Amino acid sequence: MKKFRFQLIALALVVSIFTLAACGGTATTTTTAAGGETTTAAPDESTDGSTDGGAAIKIGGIGPLTGAAAVYGNAVYNGSKIALEEINALGDLQFELNFQDDEHDGEKAVNAYNTLKDWGMQILNGTVTTTPANSVTPEAFADRIFTLTPSASSPTVVEGKDNVFQLCFSDLNQGIAAAQYIADNKLGEKIAIIYNNADAYSTGIYEKFVSEAEAKGLEIVSTTTFTDETNDFTVQLTEAQNNGADLLFLPIYYQPASLVLSQAQAMSYETKVFGVDGMDGILTLENFDTTLAEGVMLLTPFVADATDERTVSFVEKYKEQFDEVPNQFAADGYDVMYALYEAAKKAGVTADMSAEEINDKLIEVFTSDDFSFDGLTGSGMTWSDTGEVSKEPKGMVIENGAYVGM
Amino acid sequence: MKKVKKLRKSTRSSLITYGLVILFFVIVQVMMITGNLSSSLRGQLVPIAAYIVMAVSLNLTVGILGELSLGHAGFMSIGAFAGVIVSTSLENQIANAPLRLAVSMLVGGILAAVVGVIVGVPALRLRGDYLAIVTLAFGEIIKNVINILYVGYDSSGLSLSLKSANALGLEEGGKVVLNGPMGAVGISRISTVTAGFVLIIVTLFIVLNLMHSRSGRAIMAVRDNRIAAESVGISITKYKLMAFVISAALAGLAGSLYALNFSTVVAKKFDFNTSILVLVFVVLGGIGNIRGSIIAAAVLTVLPELLRQFNDYRMLLYAIILILVMIATNNEKIKNLINRVTLMLDLKTKNDPKKGGAA
Amino acid sequence: MDFIAYLISGISLGSVYAIIALGYTMVYGIAKMLNFAHGDVIMIGGYVSFVATANLDLPPAVSIMIAVAVCTTLGIVIEKLAYKPLRAAPSLAVLITAIGVSYFLQNAALLIWSSNPKSYTSLFKFEPLKLLDGELTIASVTIVTVITGVIVMTTLSLIINKTKIGKAMRAVSEDKDAAQLMGIGVNKTITITFAIGSGLAAIAGVLLASAYPILTPTMGAMPGIKAFTAAVFGGIGSIPGAMLGGILLGVIEILGRAYISTQLSDAIVFSVLIIVLLVKPTGLLGKKISEKV
Repeated sequence: MKKFRFQLIALALVVSIFTLAACGGTATTTTTAAGGETTTAAPDESTDGSTDGGAAIKIGGIGPLTGAAAVYGNAVYNGSKIALEEINALGDLQFELNFQDDEHDGEKAVNAYNTLKDWGMQILNGTVTTTPANSVTPEAFADRIFTLTPSASSPTVVEGKDNVFQLCFSDLNQGIAAAQYIADNKLGEKIAIIYNNADAYSTGIYEKFVSEAEAKGLEIVSTTTFTDETNDFTVQLTEAQNNGADLLFLPIYYQPASLVLSQAQAMSYETKVFGVDGMDGILTLENFDTTLAEGVMLLTPFVADATDERTVSFVEKYKEQFDEVPNQFAADGYDVMYALYEAAKKAGVTADMSAEEINDKLIEVFTSDDFSFDGLTGSGMTWSDTGEVSKEPKGMVIENGAYVGM
Repeated sequence: MKKVKKLRKSTRSSLITYGLVILFFVIVQVMMITGNLSSSLRGQLVPIAAYIVMAVSLNLTVGILGELSLGHAGFMSIGAFAGVIVSTSLENQIANAPLRLAVSMLVGGILAAVVGVIVGVPALRLRGDYLAIVTLAFGEIIKNVINILYVGYDSSGLSLSLKSANALGLEEGGKVVLNGPMGAVGISRISTVTAGFVLIIVTLFIVLNLMHSRSGRAIMAVRDNRIAAESVGISITKYKLMAFVISAALAGLAGSLYALNFSTVVAKKFDFNTSILVLVFVVLGGIGNIRGSIIAAAVLTVLPELLRQFNDYRMLLYAIILILVMIATNNEKIKNLINRVTLMLDLKTKNDPKKGGAA
Repeated sequence: MDFIAYLISGISLGSVYAIIALGYTMVYGIAKMLNFAHGDVIMIGGYVSFVATANLDLPPAVSIMIAVAVCTTLGIVIEKLAYKPLRAAPSLAVLITAIGVSYFLQNAALLIWSSNPKSYTSLFKFEPLKLLDGELTIASVTIVTVITGVIVMTTLSLIINKTKIGKAMRAVSEDKDAAQLMGIGVNKTITITFAIGSGLAAIAGVLLASAYPILTPTMGAMPGIKAFTAAVFGGIGSIPGAMLGGILLGVIEILGRAYISTQLSDAIVFSVLIIVLLVKPTGLLGKKISEKV
């Protein structure tokens, strides 16, 4: 009993010290509801995110800011912040962004979602990754909060939910598009695949790719897998090599891809490599020897060294603020904010509307025929009523350490 | 007052534990009815219940049996996926959600118990850190296998595959219940706070009664001195296995409750980190102290949410708090200081701080 | 031929596990605690040497020295602040504190170096060893790792068995109270143990990052667990056992992947571990536990 009591006291003591020492948000554009766990804020509560003192539309964001997937969440968050500043500076509609960490976990994502609901979120920019999206989007569907996910690419994210939309390609489209691209351009005949069988994104693309490749008459000579913890790819590469593969399809993220490429070089295995949008970022990976990626082909919606004015300005701001070159996720975050902004303007959304009202108006705009959005990750994006985006993937090949259109 | 004092110390302590849980449940219910409960807290109630059951059941292995397990989340995983599969398959047969939840949880618990036997029989022959590493290994194996498991359900029943969802060969209208690394998606959420409350009470009933029963004393005897226990005719294997399997079954129940509270659940969730998280609850609450486990599980589940306002520094603070609390509760000097303060505040009650007796 | 190639990459992976396991097992053997933060000290070592080479353009040897210095200091500080106050506490309390330290290091690294991964350039740039007309390649980092592993193993064994501080370490490991009575500074001995263990972690970090050149704040976690497994596999507390366990674990992992299934790679490794422990309950080279009646 005594033991129990002093433990409790100590616990309470430490917790209260940290809770009381609260000094509010540290991020530049974010405002966090102080003591947010108990306040049930009304949607029209006064805000401090807007510049002209008028009410701002409350946009919630959810993504992994800590943990192993933190790179994606932080990129989306940073990209969104840049867009937020620009949008609010335009002086038209005012936005306020509250971005919460989900640690790439379904349970934490629901907690983040509920925290945002207590804050008075009117629109959701999220979630960044698929598993949390699968747990959050049914909630947003039930609560009638309009949701545009920057990068949760599984078809299950939008399936059966009329108010959930994707800004990124769905895994389905990626797998099919990659197989078509390879077949149409006769990039290879014998294909080896290495995918992450502990990752929904990778497995999703892999499955669609295989069925489409069969239809297109491509021969898959070797299929091997790895998990998040794998860092040795010798077996996978040797199998591909032994089966005479002339093209290596890697539906994986750029971190493992960088290991695959360096190990392929170490074992003097030369082959064509075809990647997916998750591979974007490999060129800007700090200190990466880009000659390893020479000749790698990938389908990606965004390239950081594009020369159009918007991309240049975005990349410049991003580098200035965060000291890093933005990847595709950052661009997705940026685009989500602008897509919401344009749709909200078109729908005549104002900050004093309820989330449900906004939801209905935005669904109408997003699914209407005359709404199309030009962003960093594609121009003329339109949405079907299933929630999937339709945009053209860009085929890119890496030459001399830079992307070149194929 | 007199009557209460007449009760045995252990019984009184158990009653306090039950009372605490019931009180908390009533407060929550009142808050919910009066609309004072935030969405954030409301959403955490079922996971908290699941974690409490996890912590109490792990305490059975760690505190009462005295063996370190680093794979408790593996049993939770078994219960979670069994529960989801059963619940999805029976959606048409049992329309009543609470009944379906009960059936699903029961199956989850039984399956986890079966796996508990399979793991326990070889593992419990080992001792100390070797047993710990075997439980860790089992947890990782379970995670790995479920990650590549595909389960489908259609009119002809359940089908299994280790390859892909397409390989299931489902009929038109069939449903992929478990989709490899994607996990189970689109689960109908039938877990309720009341179900969580009932499960906690059931768990407490089982664990507290076991502790104060003949078997419980035998288990603790095995913990305190294996050889002495054996010499007085206590079957080591039987009692070790008994505690371990009950612990696994309860974790299975908690897993089902947890999984059926979310729209999606993935194998990755029940990894080494989750096992460790539950172990943190147990150690922080006091090894062998059931009530402590309950409080620690609840407080530490809510804590990261309370720290949300610190943004980037949230998890860093969580780590610091964890270290500070461990030091504060286990360091002799600080212990003495706090003891003195508590004694000054409350001189009336004197209790025995020995482990095992506190709940 | 493939078999030999797989064997080589198994040894390569295993030697990294081995060098991490050596640090684990030494701290365990003497301080009797599972230092779950060991993997994260390795991560810090990797990052520090990255900063030294890529950002400050220092030569490889200097960067290793800086990494060792930083990690050793870090190890001592962690020990003083987090573990020392718990000297008399139950071992599980220390285990949980170690986990707290692990979370702390991961999240501190996230704040310092951001979540963006970094590509590490191997510090060992000499030509890989080519055998049989280039059919077999042994990467330079593998050679370095194996040699380092053997050197570290021998040095540790020598320190523990032949020196005065080693004698103190063995005494502390046997019985803390008795050691104290004999005039051995228990605290000092344990601090030195941690210092050596953390210095080793820095070297392991450099080797891990050179072999698998990607740096993330969570990069130490899984190799840490695998190395812990390896240490148990070889018999925890046994220095040669950690080396053997590490290399075997790596070989099993690669061969299992090659000849059974890439999908079940982890399950295979852990199944073999369980089987070995059932046959030899204290690991391959572990001491038999004699029971006092």
